[in-house]
Amino acid sequence: MKFGAFAAAAAVVLTACGSTGTTPGSTQEQPPTATMKPQTSIGAGEGQLNLVLWDGYADKSWADPFTAATGCKLNLHPAGSSDEMVSLMKDGGGGQWDMVSASGDADLRLIYGGDVKPMNTDLIPDWQNFDNYFKGPPYNTINGIHYGISLQWGPNTLLYNKKKFPNKPTSWQVIYDSANSGLITVPDNPIQIADAALYLSKTQPSLGIKDPYELTQKQFDATVALLKQQRPLIKKYWGLATDEISLFKNGDVQVGAAWPYQTIQLKAAGAPVDDTIPSEGATGWADTWMLATKATHPNCAYMWAKWVSTPKVQAMQALSFGETPVNSKACAEMEAQQAGSCHQYHADETGAAYFDTIKFWKTPLADCGNGSKTCIPYATWVTAWTSIKG
Amino acid sequence: MSWLRPLVLLTPPVGWFVVIYLAALVTLLITAFWTIDPFTTQIVQSWNLDNFRIIITDSTYWSIIGRTVGIATLVTATDAVLAFPFAYFMARVATRRVQTLLFAAVLLPLWASYLARVYAWILILNHSGVLNWSLQSIGLPPANIGYTNTAMWLVFSYIWLPFMIIPVYAALERVPESLMEASADLGARRWQTLRDVVLPLAAPGVVAGSIFTFSLTLGDYITPILVGGASSTFIGNVVYANVGIANNIPFAAALSMVPLGIMAVYLFIAYRLGAFEAL
Repeated sequence: MKFGAFAAAAAVVLTACGSTGTTPGSTQEQPPTATMKPQTSIGAGEGQLNLVLWDGYADKSWADPFTAATGCKLNLHPAGSSDEMVSLMKDGGGGQWDMVSASGDADLRLIYGGDVKPMNTDLIPDWQNFDNYFKGPPYNTINGIHYGISLQWGPNTLLYNKKKFPNKPTSWQVIYDSANSGLITVPDNPIQIADAALYLSKTQPSLGIKDPYELTQKQFDATVALLKQQRPLIKKYWGLATDEISLFKNGDVQVGAAWPYQTIQLKAAGAPVDDTIPSEGATGWADTWMLATKATHPNCAYMWAKWVSTPKVQAMQALSFGETPVNSKACAEMEAQQAGSCHQYHADETGAAYFDTIKFWKTPLADCGNGSKTCIPYATWVTAWTSIKG
Repeated sequence: MSWLRPLVLLTPPVGWFVVIYLAALVTLLITAFWTIDPFTTQIVQSWNLDNFRIIITDSTYWSIIGRTVGIATLVTATDAVLAFPFAYFMARVATRRVQTLLFAAVLLPLWASYLARVYAWILILNHSGVLNWSLQSIGLPPANIGYTNTAMWLVFSYIWLPFMIIPVYAALERVPESLMEASADLGARRWQTLRDVVLPLAAPGVVAGSIFTFSLTLGDYITPILVGGASSTFIGNVVYANVGIANNIPFAAALSMVPLGIMAVYLFIAYRLGAFEAL
């Protein structure tokens, strides 16, 4: 978590913080591994590949064919949180781990910690088919250097019980409304502050919040105040997706912030729920396969990155997880595997306008992206989260 | 060479104690006086009291410490009240055979995983759980105590109860029968004997048990995550968040000093009450 090293030295900083067209990523202080030249070809496999990943990201249905095709045996270590991923990957994975399927809130910590190194996108043929935004999003691409291969993404949706809300809620206001006291759940994660900031950016424009991850002290204080007001209304802050599923299933909560995964699981179990992206837009996560600085099986790592980028595997993973693939060619595969799923998961959305409504997770830094260093860094988000929960 | 033998015998346990236990505590103590650079989250090794100043001045930490100590006290009192009659029956009333059976009953839950036992309580207490189902089937309104501090109190009291019963049982078993007979001979009624003879002699056992129930609750962070509600953060949860999420180990170390201090005071009082004679 040495992500802020550059923040102190950011005299001339230009940040491509928006999400318009082909993003060249951010233009910022060089990470420690920026000068490491990535390999230019994929050699013979090493027979092994050690992955730190979200549970299910190497499902048998696409991992076994990979091992059969490449001879790379997978050793998996599922992590429970972004923070666990960051701590496992300390010291460049320590020679123990080759790759990590990091989410946007962890990426900059890994990049500026020197734990991951640049990757050569030329070795991933399907990278050309990625939606433009995901070729070089600001959370994994710095100064045009790619610190990983984008994988999948998803929005943080508003999940609700259809019996309690016969009409689809149109605003995040429902999770701040005292009428729903004791029926609300939100993730137990400091990055949740961004959800409140996004809501305030639309409902209190006078605060001038442009990016929910780049908050000045005044904007941050207003956001924390809103979350402290919300606290007495919360039934429980959920830690694991399965916790939220059982909260909804047992009727302990009726509305909350969730991922499409929970919706799919709950619907499959027959629970009367649905999800929506309210008018204020939503935050979202996007995962990236990153290569450990001390990876000992780099060839198998590149073969894996290549494998999971193919339309077929992208579609399989999207359907098993309720995620959206970054490969635009995956849409047809999704339709073939499950009709209607491409549109259902927004995989046919390629316009910049759509991605503007999703504010992707990124590690909050002191650097506001406009040369100013007065924004609130992640460490302060964590402290504030403690005081919000009391 | 008469000094050699005790030296050889004592070196392993004393060495183990110093290296493993004291060294870890000293490291913790030293780290607590350092800080981290808020931008890089690297540890800055300059001596200051910032972490302690934050803990003392920020009301958030006072309410978290207050909640932790409050619930630990409540759990201890609950367990003492539940354990005493049970242990009394085991030690002084039950036959040898029943005694063995009760012992097994007390210890049996400890064979199951802590997590399994906590999750079992989630199934009982949640909205559509066993408790509400039972209440509704006899026509009573549902009790929504799932994911509250009440739920934490219940679960903690259940989980640590054996740790109270065993020392109280040990203390009660050591009360000589002759004292009770003497008390009766001198004209004391049963409740008088209980109050003036049995209770004072059993008190060190209760205090010893309370050390377990109090310290185990004080240091827990899993039950608050699983059965706690929106305002159920314990000291342990903040320590965990500072190590795992914020990477602020100095602050976590400083906050760990709080339960350490509380336990030091508690153990001193327990020592004065003679609890260690019953261990």
